[in-house]
Amino acid sequence: MHRIKVRVVEEVLDANNTIARANRQDFDRAGVRVVNLMSAPGAGKTALLERALADTGDVRVGVLEGDVEGSLDADRLASLHIPVVQLNTANGFGGECHLDANMVRSSLAAIPLAEIDLLIIENVGNLVCPAEFRVGEDARAMVCSVAEGDDKPLKYPLMFRACELAVINKIDLLDHVDADLDKLLANLQTVHPGIEHLLTSARTGEGVDGFRDWLVSRVRSPATA
Amino acid sequence: MHELSIAQAIVDVATRHAEGRRVLRVEVQVGHLRQVVPDSLQFAFALVVQGTALDGAELAITHVPAAGRCRECGAESMMESFPLSCGACGSFDVEVLAGEELLVEGLELEEDLLENSRVSST
Repeated sequence: MHRIKVRVVEEVLDANNTIARANRQDFDRAGVRVVNLMSAPGAGKTALLERALADTGDVRVGVLEGDVEGSLDADRLASLHIPVVQLNTANGFGGECHLDANMVRSSLAAIPLAEIDLLIIENVGNLVCPAEFRVGEDARAMVCSVAEGDDKPLKYPLMFRACELAVINKIDLLDHVDADLDKLLANLQTVHPGIEHLLTSARTGEGVDGFRDWLVSRVRSPATA
Repeated sequence: MHELSIAQAIVDVATRHAEGRRVLRVEVQVGHLRQVVPDSLQFAFALVVQGTALDGAELAITHVPAAGRCRECGAESMMESFPLSCGACGSFDVEVLAGEELLVEGLELEEDLLENSRVSST
């Protein structure tokens, strides 16, 4: 027996990216645009979707709901009478903390791609891992609530840099929390210059129209990413 | 926490290239901007290699510092921490040149000499 050296030079996440591209081709073929929606747990992704997807006009929307366990969020969205597919990650290492391209691929058969124009993939609540794993999306958006503090972009730059839209949610709480909105927006621009942002409150409905318009406009904009 | 997923992905890449041989050492390049904690990656790696061809393998991590080129003044500089900014003029409008790497660079494998010579003599 002896030691030999082998030069590899391969992206660690190459396998995931390859599957993500295959997903993307399937989505493109079906004419479906895909948004990967990410946030910390409890930032309000599901609440925003409940409000925003109640009326999307002639754009038909479906949701792939990623959670470690259970179908609580999917059950909430199902009342909107849109296709919702639950994807649980509990089979991984005690519950994977993110969706990867292969998990999304395994759910493709369950998603009625022919009946929708826009698929929203609600990722597992987590500001770290989901930023690393492409799943075949056209666009990445994240929700950051003011209750999380104005320093969040500085603490999780990988996520804030990975997204093209940051939805600043729970603005109805601004009077009750210490977060400074101006500081939050400045930190956002520092970490990701030029990133688009929206101010919303899923609770009062303020700004949710803007989020709905952004989602719907994905269907009409040319493919990116 | 993403170290566990990254460790698993490293093991997958190494296993594929090892083609059944035992892996003794894996060399990876990790860019500063990937926010990987080296100790966490080592810990996760030691967990996920158990029972695989990499069991007991050493993980050698090379840290790649972040470097960027300023879109305003054109200077190239190292960027040690967020917010990323130009070392010359302080602008935040910088193009990242290095620091986003997440690569398996090389492997050290255990190879049977006899088997190897048989292969090369045919």
